Amino acid sequence: MNTLIFLIPIALFLGGLGLAAFLWSLKSGQYDDLDGAAWRALDDGDDRPEK
Amino acid sequence: MTCCAPGTEGALDLARTAPPPTQELWLASRTVGEGQRQSDLSVPAVHCGDCITTIERALKAHPAIVSARVNLSARRVSFVWKETVKGEATDPSELVSLVRAVGYDAHLFTSAEQAGDDLLRQLIRAVAVSGFAAVNIMLLSVSVWSGADTATRDLFHWISALIAAPALLYAGRFFFRSAFAALKNRRTNMDVPIALAVTLSYAMSLYETIHHGEHAWFDASVTLLFFLLIGRTLDHMMRDRARSAITSLARLSPRGAMVLTENGQREYLAVEDIQPGQKLEIAAGDRIPVDGRVLDGVSDIDRSIVNGESAPASIGVGDVLQAGVMNLTGPLVIEATATARDSFLSEIIRLMDAAEGGRARYRRIANRAAQVYSPAVHLLALLSFFGWLLVNGDVQHAMLIAVAVLIITCPCALGLAVPVVQVVAAGRLFKSGVMVKDGSAMERLAEIDAVAFDKTGTLTLGQPRLVNGADVSTELMAIAGALASKSRHPLSRALAEAASSFSTGFEEIEERPGAGLKAALGDHVYRLGSFVFACGKQAPEPSLDGRSEVVLSRDFEPLAIFRFEDSLRPHARASITALEAQGLSVSILSGDRVSVADALGRRLGVSDVAAELSPQGKAEALRSQAEAGLKVLMVGDGINDAPALASAHVSMAPATAADVGRQAADFVFMHDGLNAVPFAIETSRQAGRLIRQNFALAIGYNVIAVPIAILGYATPLVAAIAMSTSSIIVVVNALRLSRPVKSDSGNVGTPVTARQPMQLAS
Repeated sequence: MNTLIFLIPIALFLGGLGLAAFLWSLKSGQYDDLDGAAWRALDDGDDRPEK
Repeated sequence: MTCCAPGTEGALDLARTAPPPTQELWLASRTVGEGQRQSDLSVPAVHCGDCITTIERALKAHPAIVSARVNLSARRVSFVWKETVKGEATDPSELVSLVRAVGYDAHLFTSAEQAGDDLLRQLIRAVAVSGFAAVNIMLLSVSVWSGADTATRDLFHWISALIAAPALLYAGRFFFRSAFAALKNRRTNMDVPIALAVTLSYAMSLYETIHHGEHAWFDASVTLLFFLLIGRTLDHMMRDRARSAITSLARLSPRGAMVLTENGQREYLAVEDIQPGQKLEIAAGDRIPVDGRVLDGVSDIDRSIVNGESAPASIGVGDVLQAGVMNLTGPLVIEATATARDSFLSEIIRLMDAAEGGRARYRRIANRAAQVYSPAVHLLALLSFFGWLLVNGDVQHAMLIAVAVLIITCPCALGLAVPVVQVVAAGRLFKSGVMVKDGSAMERLAEIDAVAFDKTGTLTLGQPRLVNGADVSTELMAIAGALASKSRHPLSRALAEAASSFSTGFEEIEERPGAGLKAALGDHVYRLGSFVFACGKQAPEPSLDGRSEVVLSRDFEPLAIFRFEDSLRPHARASITALEAQGLSVSILSGDRVSVADALGRRLGVSDVAAELSPQGKAEALRSQAEAGLKVLMVGDGINDAPALASAHVSMAPATAADVGRQAADFVFMHDGLNAVPFAIETSRQAGRLIRQNFALAIGYNVIAVPIAILGYATPLVAAIAMSTSSIIVVVNALRLSRPVKSDSGNVGTPVTARQPMQLAS
């Protein structure tokens, strides 16, 4: 019983963290262009450091 | 995956649409502060990683551009630009031409399309919240089922109640709202039993928790909501995807025109602002924006999208033009005779509104099921309540049983049964280049028993093809090809395409709009065009078989006659045979001349041909078929088909269709091949079969589970297992549709041709 006092809040907090992360990523537009993101991963750009 | 050849598809599109003018771009952009504005453009040809880099690099090279980003899924580019660079105002059309310069057609889209995205985001957020709540509550419930009791159980129940309450309010609002709206109108839908089960089970569980009861149903009510929201989100996503794909197609109707003002100035006005009596300048290759009369100039016009007439016609001063007609060869000055609101197109829109389409009459399968299902379920719960009241007189126990019945029968599997199948089917159609507007379209397509085709642009590509090329000697072909290559007239283009080589040595080739081409070679003058133009006299016998002709002459002496006919869409004949083999009756409704339509009917083996129909005539032909009890699929592309598309039971249009036709159609196919039609029908029928199977599965599950609940053996554990299994079975059954099937309708993914504005290979 004693351990539950810690474990339940921890479990809920971690779950809530996941939920918050998902909602944030949704809001910041990370799911807007899944096809494009797949291609951008392969794009090397011009391979030169920006000044 | 075909990779990018920037420039090829885009370049062809450039010839068709003019870039949006500066004022319009300025209006469409929105300010983002600090003297910067953001613009969004639709770029339908974007389809791979190279396209992204090419466009972004081209834009970022311009000093006014702050940032540019291509969205590949939506085929859009959005960029932020400075209003002024070093004191000079930026011209946004310059930025658009940057995109065009690297070979991609770019055009504006209306911001009304954004509205759909908001609802989708709300739904996804609701899925996330209910998923979070369901998992956590389930965690606590499992502990209860595995033996937690007394104080621990009560604590777990209380925590569950605390998690469930906000989740139900937040994620359940879609169902509560819809159920409330239905009840207010004294109707019932699938959402009524859902809302009722969720609310009652929560209230009952709270009561149990307060009184230290053994069973709480928090997990059931939240899991239920989670599953149902998945179904709802999938349904919405399917519509959204099709809509964004369709709206990113190039617009065929003009947004504005160059108006000649009284003091001789030119001014670009939006179509809506053009008044009757104003003079408009129409360049070769432009569409006529409003109804008008020719004041100056001669040209050839293409009416195919307006009335289905396949052959281009010559026009001159005094001729009347309808909005939407394409001006092919010469510049024209026309006088507007109507505003955009009163133009030909608006007449069509009025007819479309009047046509009560299959879409309005049709009630979706899920709603029809709900009409029977929800009263039955509620009656059952009520009966078990009174039944147990009679048996042992314990109100609380009777209430528990009634709630258990409601939860067990809650249409969880039913709510998933239809959307999952339809999403999988729509995904399969999407891969083959067929867009589905919504799920009801597939349900309607599955039950048709007749198909009516438009002719020009639907059965045919609307592009002429030389038929007697083999009869003409190579030298004459080379001469004709050399002349024809200088013209944009569709017949000339077809001729130039057919010629294997062009002869050289012509002095200046001159095009007479509305007549033909003329050029001198040595002492002789060659002419290519109508018989009157080429030979200087009336043709001895007018051609009656409905084919278009072009004559090549030397010094008015005819050398060769070229005959053309509209080229059939790929797989047209095979598709019609396939449709007839499926037991569908096929007919042709054409606005073109009888002779042309009949000739095509003979070529395709279709005997039921109606020609010279007005837009209204087409809609009436469909209405009379509907009155005879037939459910008709209309396939058409022109403005004149739009009322028929709206009044048919279900309708389909190629991607090259006029905007208004595309909006009216339930399905839009992107590839040239006509076999998209039998393929869509086949897939819809298969989806219909799977939906019925899923209904049978869901009902079978109820037949087993309901007696258990009524007898009082349904604990929360039993309910959770039963609900999840039935949902999973339904989803797995739906996924069977995504397996590649034996295709008897041939390969739908035919090669992309020039008229196709959009590539789907991604």
